[in-house]
Amino acid sequence: MGNYFSPWVECASRETMREMQSRRLADMIRRCYEHVPFYRERLDQAGIAPQDIRSVDDLSKLPFTYKQDLRDTYPYGLFAVPKDRLARIQASSGTTGKMTVVGYTRRDIDDWAEDAARAITAAGGTKEDYVHVSYGYGLFTGGLGLHYGAERLGATAIPVSSGNTKRQIDILRDFGSNILCCTPSYAMYIGETLHEMGVDPASINLRAGIFGAEPWSIEMRLEIEKLLQIKAYDIYGLSEVMGPGVSFECEEQTGMHINEDKYITEIIDPDTGEVLPEGSQGELVFTCIRKEALPLIRYRTRDIASLSRAKCSCGRTLIKMSKPCGRTDDMLIIRGINVFPSQIESVLLDLNLVTPNYLLVVDRVDNLDTLEVQVEMTGEMFSDTVRNMENIEKRIRSALLSALGLAAKVTLVEPKTIARSEGKAQRIQDNRTL
Amino acid sequence: MLIKQLSVFVENKKGRMAEITQAIADAGVDIRALSIADTSDFGILRLIVNKPDDAIKALKEAGLTVSLTDVIAVGVEDKPGAFAKAVKVLSDNNLSIEYMYAFISRSNDQAFVILRVEDPQSAVAALQKKGFEILDTDSIYNL
Repeated sequence: MGNYFSPWVECASRETMREMQSRRLADMIRRCYEHVPFYRERLDQAGIAPQDIRSVDDLSKLPFTYKQDLRDTYPYGLFAVPKDRLARIQASSGTTGKMTVVGYTRRDIDDWAEDAARAITAAGGTKEDYVHVSYGYGLFTGGLGLHYGAERLGATAIPVSSGNTKRQIDILRDFGSNILCCTPSYAMYIGETLHEMGVDPASINLRAGIFGAEPWSIEMRLEIEKLLQIKAYDIYGLSEVMGPGVSFECEEQTGMHINEDKYITEIIDPDTGEVLPEGSQGELVFTCIRKEALPLIRYRTRDIASLSRAKCSCGRTLIKMSKPCGRTDDMLIIRGINVFPSQIESVLLDLNLVTPNYLLVVDRVDNLDTLEVQVEMTGEMFSDTVRNMENIEKRIRSALLSALGLAAKVTLVEPKTIARSEGKAQRIQDNRTL
Repeated sequence: MLIKQLSVFVENKKGRMAEITQAIADAGVDIRALSIADTSDFGILRLIVNKPDDAIKALKEAGLTVSLTDVIAVGVEDKPGAFAKAVKVLSDNNLSIEYMYAFISRSNDQAFVILRVEDPQSAVAALQKKGFEILDTDSIYNL
């Protein structure tokens, strides 16, 4: 039994939680109906009036929300508050070059900070700790999410952001960081670099790490814990729902507790939309009952996981989700960045150089993700000089860097060497064993 | 006075060269000169053959990427300094050389240099003016 940041919520009885959720859900649907034209139309179409939604049991009557809906209403079409109440905008990468834009009121930011503070507390964090944040700061929710969580907890935030590994290590050593927050693959990289530099992990004050934004295995966890001599905790979130901290691991580490006072969670069959019973694997769906700026109704995450209400030795009664074990779409996460193969296809087609016959080869070398884009040559592309051929590779590489924020290796391959298939082409070869 | 040279894209894969040379052999085509430019990922094989159209057909059928480039073939006396003189002519006339490769013929004591230059017509004129022999297609194919 450890510390809890919000004990009255994290250890609430089932009945108390249900009642809170029902109250909040009813209020949320009323707000969506009144302030979001998109939702008013959807609810009218489904023949649902706000007063029909009185409890959690009525949730399955409501329509789903999809990522496409956010794209169609880009940038602010789903916001439920006027501009003067918006405290912040954040965004994450989307397909076809359009970002997924999210917004927060002052209260949303506080709620988010509370989520993250709960996560840091569950990882053993206290007011006395230095929280080293190596997630990227900016439009992406990673950096600011953990930062505000640390400050809300009363701990000391060190906003390092990502990159410059030698400097990260100097800071870990000199500033006395106790808790490291970054992607698991970056944590591995820091660990390896520490060893290369001959720094004894016991000589730095790191006790724990909170790692997320990409899938990682038990093997990777054990490796990180060995390299850095810390306990490694998982964290989950997505900007559409809030940010990192939607769910978090406790010391039992058999799943992540979802902050269900704010997010009602369901698992559905991705093909039929049917709600599945506890323990079944399916698509994670969240309803943001507390959010003011962007309250999403039954948002389909495309992450596959399962839910459990089994008793947890940590004492928290918050429902647990398994680590996401796949996607219902073909999104990849490379170095913490969401990449859709269709984005790459758009880039290639826009360049007007190449056929859309490409293969994405994802690998992990020295603990960092690598992306190779193999593109089939055409007769028109072929130039007699090495210089021109290399120019083509360079142009593709810089177009990808600018569109994705990711440096990919570009390899030109012979025509017809990339496997064709009936129906959906197999565009991804993920060699990583996560 | 321009020679048609074949360029073939060679992916850096095992057996590729064997495949290419076999396709040419099966088509009954004779290679007169060749050169390969390599990078870490791929190579460009450049060939002067006696039956370029047959060669292209055979290579395309084998699924290879091939193109034709205009190059010039300069006859150079097989003795020290002769080649340097030819290169100087081009440099004096501000004609840049993209690449080149050489071969020796059996029939007379001449060496031949295949050049791809930025402005082939001017290159031919400049070299001929200084007394260099520019070989035509028939001469190359019948060496």
